[in-house]
Amino acid sequence: MLDTYANSSDSPKSDSQGPISTTSEWTFELIQQYDRVIGELAGEFGLDTYPNQIEVISSEQMMDAYSSVGMPVGYHHWSYGKQFISVENSYQRGMMGLAYEIVINANPCIAYLMEENTMTMQALVIAHAAYGHNSFFKGNYLFRAWTDASSIIDYLIFAKNYISRCEERYGLDKVEGILDSCHALMNYGVDRYKRPYPISAVEEERQQQEREEYRQRQLNDLWRTIPKLGEGTESTKKKRFPEEPQENILYFIEKNAPLLENWQRELVRIVRKLAQYFYPQRQTQVMNEGWATFWHYTLLTELYRRGRVTEGFMMEFLQSHTNVIYQPGFDNPLYSGINPYTLGFSIFSDLRRICENPTKEDQRWFPDIAGSSWRETLQFAMRDFKDESFILQFLSPKVMRDMKLFCISDNDKEKDIIVSAIHDECGYRQLRENLAGQYNLGNREPNIQVYAVDTRGDRSLTLHHTQYQRRPLGKDTAEVLRHLHRLWGFEVHLNSHNGKEITASYHCPEQGRDRQESEEEPMLIPKPI
Amino acid sequence: MSYIIDRRLNGKKKSTVNRQRFLRRYKAHIKKAVGDAMNNRSIMDMDKGERISIPTRDINEPLLSHGTGGHIEHILPGNREFTTGDRIPRQGQSGGDNGSGASDSGEGVDEFVFQISQEEFLNFMFEGLQLPNMVKQQLAGNTAFRVIRAGISNEGTPGRLNVIRSLRAAHARRIALTSSKRRKLRVLETALAQEEKKDLALRDQRQIEALKSDISELRKRIGRVPFLDDFDLKYNLLIRQPKPRSRAVMFCLMDVSGSMNQATKDMAKRFFLLLYLFLQRSYEYTEVVFIRHHTSAKEVDEEEFFYSRETGGTIVSSALKLMRRIMHERYPDSEWNIYGAQASDGDNWNDDSSTCHKILIDDIMPHVQYYSYVEITPRDHQALWDEYESVRTLFPSHFAMEQIVGVQDIYPVFRQLFSQKGTARC
Repeated sequence: MLDTYANSSDSPKSDSQGPISTTSEWTFELIQQYDRVIGELAGEFGLDTYPNQIEVISSEQMMDAYSSVGMPVGYHHWSYGKQFISVENSYQRGMMGLAYEIVINANPCIAYLMEENTMTMQALVIAHAAYGHNSFFKGNYLFRAWTDASSIIDYLIFAKNYISRCEERYGLDKVEGILDSCHALMNYGVDRYKRPYPISAVEEERQQQEREEYRQRQLNDLWRTIPKLGEGTESTKKKRFPEEPQENILYFIEKNAPLLENWQRELVRIVRKLAQYFYPQRQTQVMNEGWATFWHYTLLTELYRRGRVTEGFMMEFLQSHTNVIYQPGFDNPLYSGINPYTLGFSIFSDLRRICENPTKEDQRWFPDIAGSSWRETLQFAMRDFKDESFILQFLSPKVMRDMKLFCISDNDKEKDIIVSAIHDECGYRQLRENLAGQYNLGNREPNIQVYAVDTRGDRSLTLHHTQYQRRPLGKDTAEVLRHLHRLWGFEVHLNSHNGKEITASYHCPEQGRDRQESEEEPMLIPKPI
Repeated sequence: MSYIIDRRLNGKKKSTVNRQRFLRRYKAHIKKAVGDAMNNRSIMDMDKGERISIPTRDINEPLLSHGTGGHIEHILPGNREFTTGDRIPRQGQSGGDNGSGASDSGEGVDEFVFQISQEEFLNFMFEGLQLPNMVKQQLAGNTAFRVIRAGISNEGTPGRLNVIRSLRAAHARRIALTSSKRRKLRVLETALAQEEKKDLALRDQRQIEALKSDISELRKRIGRVPFLDDFDLKYNLLIRQPKPRSRAVMFCLMDVSGSMNQATKDMAKRFFLLLYLFLQRSYEYTEVVFIRHHTSAKEVDEEEFFYSRETGGTIVSSALKLMRRIMHERYPDSEWNIYGAQASDGDNWNDDSSTCHKILIDDIMPHVQYYSYVEITPRDHQALWDEYESVRTLFPSHFAMEQIVGVQDIYPVFRQLFSQKGTARC
């Protein structure tokens, strides 16, 4: 049973001043009031949001949500079970608290509140998720261009139903095998430049049937072995396939793998779609969290300034807030990388400072924005950037100094690790560039592309890895290749290139293991024409 | 515009299916852990849940990532003493490599550890095992009933009225009773319509009147067919079905003579406990009779059975005789499934073994579902084993015997005794 409390505008207390609540107990009426007040305030600050759907859930439900990447529906897979078990374990042993909130990029934007939280925390989450993240989802260009907030839930339902139908028809093991393989390649199932076309679940189902027929026709054409009449003249000029290297490996598999059944192709497609949906989130972690943190801080301190919340509320809020943006130093045992909340929050806060109280240094570094309207500048920064470009553009010397950032250069050709830049005048630019590079997905993930298929021969698939700063592939590579082999059905080769030179090759099924180095490889690579 | 929704009453076990999938996938690991646990556990908490740990590498989901090596530029926070150009000697594994790969596993431990519940534990423990000869499940004297639905009947109490069926029957009856009249009605109505279409001068007013009165008469008659009649009413029929109630009694026979030391008794106890847990899963109601013996046998309670100490010689047949008597007096095999489990170190008074043989064959084996004998000894077998082996050849499907040397044998032997043997036997 659902109790829906629509946000009514004619509530009698809407104009009463003074604190909204004085105890830490929450009620639905209080949540409603906080939401309204915070919403009005957000409106004053010019935040543009999707409608909110705030759902109060229990901690068990939060654990469920956790293990299904936050989505309210999802297909069944053992890896989510593994995730659930580990969350459940560490929660029960007290090793971690659950996150206070999960927010889903959908229209309406769904935010979860946990029933165990105090009123202060609920207000914090409302400000953070329902207005911070929400406005980010609606405003940021990646989300606007790449994900369709209104159709994602529908698509998930379609996916879930489709996959359980497959499980009934073909058996759990077969479906699980394909999904495992797709998950291994999930990060390579993303179109980086083409915008996917949003469709609804019903539409999806109808199209899915059309696709089945279409695919089969396409495939037959590609793998046709009957010689064509009059081919003799052209036979010397073998056509390369694919004509250009393909970065979206799952898409390539879906369209071209010779042996996959239609339902298997559809599974590949589902995983690919989900990867695409999460792609913007992976690229905007710092910005997204920084933006939401900046706004919960700004909104709640403004409420305090206007006397709508008590000092006790502020104490509790500030304690949680400082916990969220705590950044342990690199030599602290708690250190586990740069905290995206801290980095994002610092940059956004400093942007506001640069606009309001610019120093000489700011005038020199940010001539365009020093002294401008902070709301517009922040909106601009939120809308048109992703982590990499955002850091490159807006990371100010002051933030670098405050966080005491420094850069170490770990080159395996050098004997020592070198500190190549610190937070000083000559290091700022390098720090900024390198930090931005650290958030570039293109640098973080190995660059691997489908290079060639031997269409006339053994049908083997060859991939190219172009090394980034001579970094080799990790230890899972052979394992992933086995998954790729399962999908492709014929031999799969992966060559790791450093410039022109092949430094490592992986094969599935494995060939003579001792023959690892480059010399004898070339015979396997179809010669480009 | 915001909606606030209370979802706390929604189901919370959404991840159960996924959890099940996970357990299913790592069955082999879990089974092994369960087997190990059986051997290491203290006897008292045999049936608790268990912590299972699986090597992380086995459940790893592989992803393409960068390995170590090459040239990496790292930004770190919290600089205190470094300035540009400082050189830091490498010391094995430092900051450099935990940036890329390990971050997704969270804790970075080598074992993935989780808890399974008691029920799951028992499921894994007894998976693939089967109680032999379960066919005899007698109706006990105080038969229990369960109420089940048995279709539709014409009689019943108003509370069980099946509305849909009743209305459907009424509808059918109305169609059946009125069809001929409605056919006539249609004929008359078309006649009337034709008559009225004619030119005013040509109309036969009398015929029209007659038709009209016929029609209204027919309509009345159709209307008199009742909408709902007594015999339309249908009721859901519920009947009481006798429920087969299965009960089992397990006889635990143990030798407590001087030759059995505490360790041996412990092993016997583990074996009995496994059997007891297993019976409990298969039967609704399980009783246990403890019989211990040295030169004479005695029925005792559990505490005494396992912990009190006595010494003396060994006469196994005394226990069998006592079992025979108790079976006769309290557990007629028409009402009970009888299981016997005997543990001994194989020592017996020399002349006694043949007596045992005789009692088993004549008086016990015909009545029991299954009789298992475990000999807990590292030494060679003695006369008792040989006699029992000849019993086994006579009752191959109802009699089993195994030798246990150490604690680690108990669970495997148990599995062996009760492993599913293809087709069921009667």
